[in-house]
Amino acid sequence: MIPGRFEYHQPDSLAAAVGLLSELGEDARVIAGGHSLIPMMKLRLAMPEHLVDLKAIDTLKHINVADGVVRIGAMTTQAELIGSAELQLAAPIVKETSLQIADPQIRYQGTIGGNVANGDPGNDMPALMQALDASFTLHGPGGARDVKARDFYEAAYFTARDDLEILTEVSFPTCTGGYAYEKQKRKIGDYATAAAAVLLTKAADGSCSHAAIALTNLADTPVFCDAASTHLMQSGVSADSIAHAVQSCISDIEPVEDNRGPAEFKKHAAAIILKRSLETAWSRA
Amino acid sequence: MSVEAKTMEERQAALKGLGSSRKRVEDARFTQGKGNYVDDIKMPDMLFGDFVRSQHAHARVLSIDTSAALALPGVVAVLTAKDLEPLGLHWMPTLAGDKQMVLADGKVLFQGQEVAFVIAEDRYIAADATDLVVVKYEELPVLVDPFKAELDDAPILREDIADATEGAHGPRRHPNHIFTWEQGEKESTEAILSSAPVVAEEMVYYHRTHPCPLETCGAVASMDKVNGKLTLWGTFQAPHVVRTVASLLSGIAEHNIRVVSPDIGGGFGNKVGVYPGYVCAIVASIVTGQPVKWVEDRMENLTSTAFARDYWMQGKIAATAEGKILGLWCHTTADHGAFDACADPTKYPAGFMNICTGSYDIPTAYLAVDGIYTNKAPGGVAYRCSFRVTEAAYFIERMIEVLAIRLNMDAAELRSINFIGKDQFPYHSALGWEYDSGDYHTAWNKALEAVDYKGLRAEQSAQVAKFKAGETRSLMGIGLCHFTEIVGAGPVKNCDILGMGMFDSCEIRIHPTGSAIARLGTISQGQGHATTFAQILATEIGIPADDITIEEGDTDTAPYGLGTYGSRSTPVAGAATAMAGRKIRAKAQMIAAYLLEVHDNDVEWEVDRFIVKGAPERFKTMKEIAFASYTQAIPGVEPGLEAVSYYDPPNMTYPFGAYICVMDIDVDTGVAGIRSFYALDDCGTRINPMIIEGQVHGGLTEALAIALGQEIAYDELGNVKTGSLMDFFIPTSWETPNYQTDFTETPSPHHPIGAKGVGESPNVGGVPAFSNAINDAFKPFGLTHTQMPHDHWRIWKTANELGLHD
Repeated sequence: MIPGRFEYHQPDSLAAAVGLLSELGEDARVIAGGHSLIPMMKLRLAMPEHLVDLKAIDTLKHINVADGVVRIGAMTTQAELIGSAELQLAAPIVKETSLQIADPQIRYQGTIGGNVANGDPGNDMPALMQALDASFTLHGPGGARDVKARDFYEAAYFTARDDLEILTEVSFPTCTGGYAYEKQKRKIGDYATAAAAVLLTKAADGSCSHAAIALTNLADTPVFCDAASTHLMQSGVSADSIAHAVQSCISDIEPVEDNRGPAEFKKHAAAIILKRSLETAWSRA
Repeated sequence: MSVEAKTMEERQAALKGLGSSRKRVEDARFTQGKGNYVDDIKMPDMLFGDFVRSQHAHARVLSIDTSAALALPGVVAVLTAKDLEPLGLHWMPTLAGDKQMVLADGKVLFQGQEVAFVIAEDRYIAADATDLVVVKYEELPVLVDPFKAELDDAPILREDIADATEGAHGPRRHPNHIFTWEQGEKESTEAILSSAPVVAEEMVYYHRTHPCPLETCGAVASMDKVNGKLTLWGTFQAPHVVRTVASLLSGIAEHNIRVVSPDIGGGFGNKVGVYPGYVCAIVASIVTGQPVKWVEDRMENLTSTAFARDYWMQGKIAATAEGKILGLWCHTTADHGAFDACADPTKYPAGFMNICTGSYDIPTAYLAVDGIYTNKAPGGVAYRCSFRVTEAAYFIERMIEVLAIRLNMDAAELRSINFIGKDQFPYHSALGWEYDSGDYHTAWNKALEAVDYKGLRAEQSAQVAKFKAGETRSLMGIGLCHFTEIVGAGPVKNCDILGMGMFDSCEIRIHPTGSAIARLGTISQGQGHATTFAQILATEIGIPADDITIEEGDTDTAPYGLGTYGSRSTPVAGAATAMAGRKIRAKAQMIAAYLLEVHDNDVEWEVDRFIVKGAPERFKTMKEIAFASYTQAIPGVEPGLEAVSYYDPPNMTYPFGAYICVMDIDVDTGVAGIRSFYALDDCGTRINPMIIEGQVHGGLTEALAIALGQEIAYDELGNVKTGSLMDFFIPTSWETPNYQTDFTETPSPHHPIGAKGVGESPNVGGVPAFSNAINDAFKPFGLTHTQMPHDHWRIWKTANELGLHD
């Protein structure tokens, strides 16, 4: 658990960071909070020759809410997400999810950008971002572009981000309807056995005007359950439609056996967790 | 107010002696990050070692090419078995009478086995160089299931002793068989089993786990070529034994070896044994003439240094229809891994597994243990318990539950009618032990009353009814446990490690101004020895605990002792401390009598002084006596005030306890929540109630971990599946419930202060209580027994197999 040799860089502007990445090429990796990358380096599964640390770039640390859009700088820590009163009003599910990531010490270091950019299927934020229909802003040598969270994840650790790009910001519409993030885990600090992010908005007539469901660690990418979300919007929320939505989601997932248990158990647990998440979200809608 | 004007009670309290919840003197430095651990040691020109380890569980080593590693700048040397062979150090003896490869000699026998040792100028270069050592392997069939070890097609693991029909513990019937150890009466037990009205049977598996101390194992070796002295700092639970072993192995005279255990960050049995890293660090320092540090990382600790448990215990228990137990039969298949490196007293290859009759008056019993080699890491140490006592306690406490189901009887009642009665002590068990003292009924009744046991059972029945009616998906489990430990090894006549009798020692020097230093043969790893041993002494010699320094762990200064494990420090070294204190007091009595100008027999001890009988206003305090011993010529008495005691305990001590755990289980997800845990401990005389409470909390939390998911698991190729803390369960405050602690106090009749030891009781008793709660929850649905660890998946599987998801 001793990492290989690397050079450490701490640029103080985004332009400098992008420039360093272009100059150093594929031998360089961006580091944010380090909670995904450093363990991989200690196992020598990742052996970057250069680490480009983003922590000195002040413009990557912010939480702004304006015109119905939430913008969060990539270097904002989970502790800062939890502590933001503004964010709690604009999208309370972010705090609920953040509180289920690891432990307080890790949340002081772990960042939203690192959590979503790494493509680790165990991370909690990617499914949340898909549920929120977030966009990720990527800065590269050719300028900036936005990619939808729902289009970002290709396979475990493979994303739409180019090696020379830095994920700088996540943005999503404010979301004040019903919400829930339910997670089953073996212990604090563990990845989910199954977790579900659910957003449900109740219209004045009692119908479901908005639904979004995404699941964590049940496939090699986060799973956005489009059909189930659409079904709830079309048929409203009832015991029957929840059962139908759960069934639909479970057919979308492909969990693999690990020390948490075999796929059969994970599918069963995922169905229970999702059902509870849907019920909680609707009760808050 | 002068000392003399204080009342006797005030003087007593000022000592902070026995029974005082004195704050731990160690904590000031630990809580401020000022501890001094092995990895804190830095020396000029110090080199760093790192291992090349086998990725295969069983393979022949065809070649090892070290040239690329040696070519890396900063690499000083790379050791392989070929380099150690001329020194006779490519193999080393284990504590269990077997031998173990220091570095792979022709083959590897478990994943993570040490193959080569790289020595470099810094820790990072050493790690880089391990990747450059090229080892060619020829993979061999892997044996992970001990029940397949003696099949015709089983691979032979230990070719070095394949033909040896006799091992350290008697005949071997197969190359993969280590020993068979039998205790008790086979024939009469089997006769009872065949005639008894009721017989319950079960296979009880106590899975493989690991002590996983916060600090991993490590050492710094420094060979001073000028004066020929070797100093070895290390994470040693038994530093004196390490010195003797190091001398025997290296040929360096024992007086030229100094072994130091600095602060140790938890041991739990993991730091009793001798590991290849220690040997390689010593050899590397001798070869290079420079100090060499080796500290393993977390994954190395979990996968290569000593594991614990891995006992398959087949049990049969016979009883009358009314529930009176008539006999107990147990056959254990013990998976020892690739080398037999258990740390047990020599005559006990399965430790004290023969305490498996537990707290019960069982007239006839038989135990057989078969030790088996497999392609797994060696070990089998006592993880926060006395040798194999956790396995024994888990076995009997599960068998009692299984018998209760068979009898359709309440398990609390079944225990009660079978307890050894208070008037039966000293009690001779069917498997050969003499229990020193106990009052099980009192403890048990206190526990049942404290948790409102009848109320809990009524609530549980109501919950089952609601579950069956579809009103809840949660079940309630009540986990009972009454355990009896056997600790304080042990009497030299039957307990030794590598021939060294398991006595322990204390040496006391009283300074002229009335303070003192005491040195012991034990070594604290977090137990608080510097606090509690001073308290024993304070009560014995009347010097405040705050004025007594306790020192351990440096073999150049401390008296010889067998170290700290198996809850032996208080029963053995604590006894030595009291006995040495009494020698001090005996001499002090002569000095006091002289100073008071009376006969020796005319003075008597009172808290912190000798008084003239019948004239308490005439006295000499221990402080005054100490000063006089250095300043006055006293006829017939040597100057100074010192004493040494080497204590050979006449018997083990037998702490016991009553634990009750209540759990709520989510049948659909397999998540088990601990609602409450009541722990009553009887450890005899209580030295420091606060430290006892802390020990109980810590031990229960480790028990919780083991019962609910902590395991070292292998796949069929012998790959370790749980080699990091991502998968190996260490509970945090989040997973830990509130514990309700309680006590009774039944002193040991043979211990100088009546103390029995407590640090390991909660692990011994906790695991059955947690596991019984899980089992109990599913009992109304037809479950008799389900194996640990009870992680979410396995609990879910149990529910699934009982049809509770249909």
